[in-house]
Amino acid sequence: MKLVIGIVRPEQANQVLEALHRAEVRGFSMSRVQGHGGEVERVETYRGTTVQMGLSEKVRFEVAVSDSFVDKAVAAICEGGRTGEVGDGKIFVVPLDHAVRIRTGDTDEGAVTPVSR
Amino acid sequence: MNAGIDTGDTAWMLIATALVLMMTPALGLFYAGLVRSKNTLNTFMMSIAAIAVATVTWAAVGYSLAFDGDGGIIGGLGNAFLSGVDFAPRQGGTIPELVFFAFQATFCIITVALISGAVVERMRFGAFLVFAALWSVLVYAVLAHWAFGGGWLMSNGTLDFAGGVPVEMGSGFSALAAALVVGARKEWGRQALLPHNAVYVLLGAGLLWFGWFGFNGGSGFGTGGPSVLAFTNTLLCPACTLVVWFALDLIRGRKVTAIGAATAIVVGCVAITPAGGYVSPGWAMLLGALAALPSYAIIVWRTRTRVDETLDVLAAHGTAGFFGILFIGFFAQADWNGVSDGLFYGNAAQLGDQALAALATPAYAFVMTFVLLKLIGAVMPLRASDREEATGMDVVQHGEEAYVTGEGAILLLPDDVGKAPVVPVADPG
Repeated sequence: MKLVIGIVRPEQANQVLEALHRAEVRGFSMSRVQGHGGEVERVETYRGTTVQMGLSEKVRFEVAVSDSFVDKAVAAICEGGRTGEVGDGKIFVVPLDHAVRIRTGDTDEGAVTPVSR
Repeated sequence: MNAGIDTGDTAWMLIATALVLMMTPALGLFYAGLVRSKNTLNTFMMSIAAIAVATVTWAAVGYSLAFDGDGGIIGGLGNAFLSGVDFAPRQGGTIPELVFFAFQATFCIITVALISGAVVERMRFGAFLVFAALWSVLVYAVLAHWAFGGGWLMSNGTLDFAGGVPVEMGSGFSALAAALVVGARKEWGRQALLPHNAVYVLLGAGLLWFGWFGFNGGSGFGTGGPSVLAFTNTLLCPACTLVVWFALDLIRGRKVTAIGAATAIVVGCVAITPAGGYVSPGWAMLLGALAALPSYAIIVWRTRTRVDETLDVLAAHGTAGFFGILFIGFFAQADWNGVSDGLFYGNAAQLGDQALAALATPAYAFVMTFVLLKLIGAVMPLRASDREEATGMDVVQHGEEAYVTGEGAILLLPDDVGKAPVVPVADPG
């Protein structure tokens, strides 16, 4: 089992959702985060106060999948999140020790994508 | 004090002018709530820009083209740059022409702002400023002349109390043309593009209604019967639209929606705009109730089409204005307005005069706006790039955000501004 963490542009979040759906990945969470990658700095001015925005709005997807689904999940996030310009985000795949489905008590492979029942 | 000036009339018209000016920021708030959060400021700024641009063009030539002389199609340039506009009343008026000028200016301003609803979230701000300047003269001033300034519709007998022709149909059908020329937002039809703050929408609609008492109540240019009738009709008509809209919402979705209610307020206010001083309070209530139907139907239908007339200016203003103009032809009552009866009271000719305005105005507004935007588009890009549209117009066009947190913001001292970024840009590879 792996936890796939995808950090993408907020405006691409819907495309990522669609791509995950097409890849039949069921079950994930997303959250709004702020981060800094290699983006060109945004300079904003508020009544004479000029600031450089060092953080950009991003959306973070977390998808727990069985090993056989890792590539599909990564491909889906890449496909949905890519615009080709700096700031598209990153994907991290990390090992996952244990998973439990609260409703049924199913554990590990039985509790993550692909859903067996 | 000049001869012929009535102090009571003048006092009310000064207040009414301020009320109508407030409607434009109110519209900005209403529109800002209806767009996504990344476009809040840009959307609001289009309304503020209308105040800036249309006031200048109105003072320069717009007012004169609308109200100088009684040419059939367009007025003269005798009042250009406020020439001759002073403390004396216009012919037949009881208020200084300066007040009349300012009152009419606020109408031009809000009409320009209304059209922005068709192009928000993708039109470049600079292109909108150019469009606003040209449209306020080439379309608004001409339609205002037709309906208010002694042009062919007015001399022909068309009744338009407070702007069904120039303001409501003028903006509504221009908005349709603008949406077609500028094109849909890139996600239109593929993703749900939802209003980001329904409270702004309700507050904006409420402030619009408040301002509309000056808009309609001031269009009698005094404190006489027509103004009083229009004022009270401005309470009655939108209330009835609200009730019917609630019912339609209940039938369609089993729930009464807040954004639906805000829309209903605008639709009701628009419907009574042309008819305010011409129909009895009872008929005004019927007008409000009936006007909900076509606007509601067009909103439901429009979202199924490819036309991204984003904030439904056509449904709310064009359609309800069209409906209100025609309604006068049926239910105008000389007992109430002292001017003319409609078909229902034995004067079928009035309906013909109203129908003429309801055909000519949309045609002129649509064609002129379509051609004007095509011409502007040949000189400069009308819309932001897809990338900019995705980022959001607030940052791209204004360098500001509506909901900035300050987290991660690095203060640039005056010496640093314009230099290379303080934080080194990581290697994109």
